[in-house]
Amino acid sequence: MSVLLTAVATLGAIGAGSAAILYMVGQKFKVEEDPRIQEVQDSLPAANCGGCGFPGCASFASACVKAESMENLFCPVGGQDTMDKVAAILGRKAPVVAKKIAVVRCNGTCDSRPRLNLYDGASKCTIASALYGGDTGCSFGCLGLGDCVDSCTFDAIHINPLTMLPEVVEDKCTACGACVKACPKDIIELRKQGPKSRRIYVSCVNKDKGGVAKKACDVACIGCSKCQQVCPFEAITIENNLAFIIDDKCRLCRKCVPVCPTKSILELNFPLRKETPPAPKEEDATVIA
Amino acid sequence: MLKTFRIGGIHPKENKISAGNAIQPIAIPDQVIIPLSQHIGAPCQPVVKKGDNVKVGTLIGKSVGFVSANIHSSVSGTVLKIDKTLDASGYKRDAVFIKVEGDEWESSIDRSPDLKKSCDLVPGEVLDKIAAAGIVGMGGATFPSHVKLTPPPGTKAEILIINGVECEPWLTSDHQLMMEKADEILVGTTLVMKALKVQKAIIGIENNKQDVIALFTQKVKDYAGIHVQPLKVQYPQGGEKQLIDALTGRQISSGALPISVGAVVQNVGTVFAIYEAVQKNKPLVERVVTVTGKEVKQPCNILSRVGIPLSDLIGVAGGLPETTGKVVSGGPMMGKALASTDIPVTKGTSGILIIPTLEAKRNAMKDCIRCAKCVSVCPMGLNPTLLMNLTEYEVWDRAEKEHITDCIECGSCSYTCPADRPLLDYIRLGKGKVNGIIRTRKN
Repeated sequence: MSVLLTAVATLGAIGAGSAAILYMVGQKFKVEEDPRIQEVQDSLPAANCGGCGFPGCASFASACVKAESMENLFCPVGGQDTMDKVAAILGRKAPVVAKKIAVVRCNGTCDSRPRLNLYDGASKCTIASALYGGDTGCSFGCLGLGDCVDSCTFDAIHINPLTMLPEVVEDKCTACGACVKACPKDIIELRKQGPKSRRIYVSCVNKDKGGVAKKACDVACIGCSKCQQVCPFEAITIENNLAFIIDDKCRLCRKCVPVCPTKSILELNFPLRKETPPAPKEEDATVIA
Repeated sequence: MLKTFRIGGIHPKENKISAGNAIQPIAIPDQVIIPLSQHIGAPCQPVVKKGDNVKVGTLIGKSVGFVSANIHSSVSGTVLKIDKTLDASGYKRDAVFIKVEGDEWESSIDRSPDLKKSCDLVPGEVLDKIAAAGIVGMGGATFPSHVKLTPPPGTKAEILIINGVECEPWLTSDHQLMMEKADEILVGTTLVMKALKVQKAIIGIENNKQDVIALFTQKVKDYAGIHVQPLKVQYPQGGEKQLIDALTGRQISSGALPISVGAVVQNVGTVFAIYEAVQKNKPLVERVVTVTGKEVKQPCNILSRVGIPLSDLIGVAGGLPETTGKVVSGGPMMGKALASTDIPVTKGTSGILIIPTLEAKRNAMKDCIRCAKCVSVCPMGLNPTLLMNLTEYEVWDRAEKEHITDCIECGSCSYTCPADRPLLDYIRLGKGKVNGIIRTRKN
């Protein structure tokens, strides 16, 4: 019996001693953390994708608390709702940021962009692009090996086996930008999602001269500048034989889409066109005035 | 016991089927395309425009920046345009298109075949001539020679090493050049020794070229300070660091240049080009190209002008076999598969290898079985399987610590891997990334 008592007493004494030491150490080295950091972190999506530019949600939360204003701080996954919540916790006001989405600026399907050779090296776009321009005549276009698919933590981008091009799942894409960084050809761009997911963009990144680009791909932008001439809002620039629609200036009037001779400008989620192109909407007109 | 380098190495089947075939000329086509970037470093600035008349040897691209080399016209005719063309990199780069009219050479070039031994230029003048002639390393790396022959301040060259190894299987262009132009190469060697102010030169030749070894052993007796050293056949003995180790026993520390152990290495092709540039005023406008392959009808060594499309050279060798699966520029180990045969010959095109379909296809990648064969063959003493994994998972700081930047991209690891893992593909990618990180850190 006495052995048992001794053991219990000894262990108890060690336990109590250790607890006292731990308590004292805990008091001595106590880290005063702003309780709002935890609160902010709890309201974040915990995807830890790095889309905000910080290593994870925790560091984004502490950056939010430390920052003077909410400018340049945005969680693409949570979107406006989350940022409003974060701003409410911190007693500030979140700036309104338009929701963005990843768009793939290459439409060179197997039909429109014939394969000239066969690549059977390591199945990774970064490796293939370091070796050569790709298995088609276009050295700017998508290689179709799926680095963007591997980089996506939200399962929002997939290679379509028919076209061998990546396609973005609108509901899942959070515009975290991982695929933009992963693509060695700089094809993927984050663009405004637009009202009702309607958006217009030039689905080509080929900077070759028109004839060369057209020879390599039926739907290549040839830099003919027809879209630029027809655009009433000066939203289209032509640089290095390539048209680009500036997101902030585009008012989605759709005038550029039918004039493109190679059909390289895509419109998404718009209602079907009438026979004659519709006149610009009234609200657009007021903007010009 | 023959000398070789100490760490790693492999011995693939040599297949030098075009050995002994005399260097033959090739007809100049109606149009040549001369890329403005045929060397490591900054691309040249074109100094001709559409409609200009050029002769063989006229300067058409002027080097910009320190690491760069001049480019000269290889034909006489009219400049058609300066436009982009697909080159061996697989991307479109600027090039000068020239319509060929006759074959008129610049009057300064001495076209007589006589050997000119004596040279009364001072070392600086020799270097200027090499730079003006646009000589680059012709083993395939195409590093501008005048830069290599100018040791950085604080270093001194002690020994010149001439690379007559040609360790790549299939290729025989250097072999044949050494057989036919032995004296020119030896005079070229003395010129390089003069430019470097060194008294000693060693020519390293692998033991599978007995005829060359015999010829050179005989010839070097007339040239002071030049020695011939037969070497055991081992790939990648033509790598600078491996060759220095094999010939002198000096090892170069990680990240250092060969000059740190007092050695400068030049390829035999380069030395021949230097001879022509210094003694005959002839810029680098042509080179020997081996066209070979298992199913090629007439494997051959062709003296081709720069800018002739590879398809013409393949035509001389009997045309593309029906079974062709891959056309490689260079040898099977370090060469690069081409996207098209319309690509022009450049200063670095040492050979064209045509591989049949059955042999061209890669096997599917399997899991690593940790056999460490890649580790034992790596001539740089690296751990390829680890480096591949580090690249795959983007652990750049660890990859840097594991000396990924020391990789010479010889491909011995991929060659030997029983699981067919694309080790070099990944390591090359990682090496590029890590080099980029180091550069940004320095700036």
